[in-house]
Amino acid sequence: MKRNNAQKEKFLKTEQTPVEPFDPEALIEVQHLTKYFGELKVLDDISKKIYAGEKIAVIGPSGSGKSTFLRCLNVLEDPTDGYVFFEGNNLCNLKVDINVQRRRMGMVFQHFNLFPNMTVLKNITLAPVHTALAELKKQKRGRAGMKFKNLFKSKKNKQPIPALQTDKKSIVREAENNALRLLKRIGLEDKAGVYPSTLSGGQRQRIAIIRALAMNPKVMLFDEPTSALDPEMVGEVLQLIKELADEGMTMVIVTHEMNFARGVATSVLFMDGGRIVEQGPPESIFTKPENERLKDFLSKVL
Amino acid sequence: MITQLSAGFFENLGKILSSKSFMLLILKGLKTTVIVSVGAAAVGLVLGTLVALIGLQPKNKVWAAPKIVCGVYTTVIRGTPMALQLFIMAFVIFAIRGFPQELTAILAFGINSGAYVSENIRAGILSVDRGQTEASRALGLSTGYTLARIVIPQGMKNVIPAIGNELVALVKETSIVSMIGMFDLTMAANIIGSGQHLANYAAPMVVIALFYLAIVYAITLCIKLIERRLRKSEKK
Repeated sequence: MKRNNAQKEKFLKTEQTPVEPFDPEALIEVQHLTKYFGELKVLDDISKKIYAGEKIAVIGPSGSGKSTFLRCLNVLEDPTDGYVFFEGNNLCNLKVDINVQRRRMGMVFQHFNLFPNMTVLKNITLAPVHTALAELKKQKRGRAGMKFKNLFKSKKNKQPIPALQTDKKSIVREAENNALRLLKRIGLEDKAGVYPSTLSGGQRQRIAIIRALAMNPKVMLFDEPTSALDPEMVGEVLQLIKELADEGMTMVIVTHEMNFARGVATSVLFMDGGRIVEQGPPESIFTKPENERLKDFLSKVL
Repeated sequence: MITQLSAGFFENLGKILSSKSFMLLILKGLKTTVIVSVGAAAVGLVLGTLVALIGLQPKNKVWAAPKIVCGVYTTVIRGTPMALQLFIMAFVIFAIRGFPQELTAILAFGINSGAYVSENIRAGILSVDRGQTEASRALGLSTGYTLARIVIPQGMKNVIPAIGNELVALVKETSIVSMIGMFDLTMAANIIGSGQHLANYAAPMVVIALFYLAIVYAITLCIKLIERRLRKSEKK
């Protein structure tokens, strides 16, 4: 996750001039993404455009680089080479504030990663409250600067100081109301005050999903959201993801649930050996696979 | 030992507990022990946290030098005897007439304790699942905020018992300040037991042992209390 030195220097030196211009229509665009773990090549020159409203399922055998590909989309893994654009911002450029960009990309992990030291409600409101408070602080600082400048101006020239739109209490209240609304949606509003250790896997994963939703993301990234769940809890999580998909959320899902991929995805990527071997609408991928490797894979999992 | 014990042990015990001058000596020693322990614990915790945080920084040009310094510090301090460090502090570095001995001792023990504490804290922070940091970063929270709100509070739970251990060891280790002539609890026992006073070491040593035991027990209780509060979120 930490950018290593060589990469840092490389990115700062080259000043980020990608060879190809990015497509302004695309929500996420990946250009020639390559990732090495030491000597091991995990991703091999992947290019892909993801448009708003698309639901992309990434399938493939383990070790094919699916998860790494997903984690490169919000730069949790640093690409060794290539570029990732999100809404026209080059995420590989160190001058782009990655934290601001990540707030618009929700991510759900295989192992939920709820914060065990906080209640469910706090888990959901932590990031929205912190973000809003940071914004408020910035506004206050701006106002203080204007006030200071006004001291040296004549009465006529004094700049009007904009009133603050909000305050700390209302930010917290708003975030909590939003969190409770989301909890109500998944039918867990009575769990707001408990710690995650008391919940079942399915409940935890659904809370992890609405924790990401609370930031109003433009795109949701799911990293094998049901792989760590008991079989009987898979359904409730998939149901929630399906609802989100039906609402028009853009999403990228790494999954082993082939039927789910078939039902929800608008496009399926089959990855093997760090490359996208075959892609297309689910019907053609699952019924008329062309690539030998994909045929082999499907015969084993279906 | 047999003769020492048999020669009116309880009589001597009674003498120590009833005599005002003996109790004043013990209280004087207790004062030194407590001052040195508390001061050294404070220095050690601050120093240890700093060193641990530096040790966790990424390897790059900016942090290379501080990391090397911290590495040498922990290696040297953990690799040499405490008594030797105390002597170097007292007779080499602060061999200044009129320099307060308490300060010398606090620095010597604080620096020593910091090396151990830093390893404990580093281990505690590393014990937190990487997924926690990833989840927090994926929500758009900064590195510093993640460390402060997610990683450190969870790491604390694992660190507290080790820190408690370190504090207990520290309190007991301060008994060697008598070697540089400071009047602590152990010195008090020595003096009370010497020929000028009781001419019998058994009773004063046992009394002082009880004093140390009481201090250590109090620390252990505090640590348990803190630990229980921190583990609140794990209860089912």
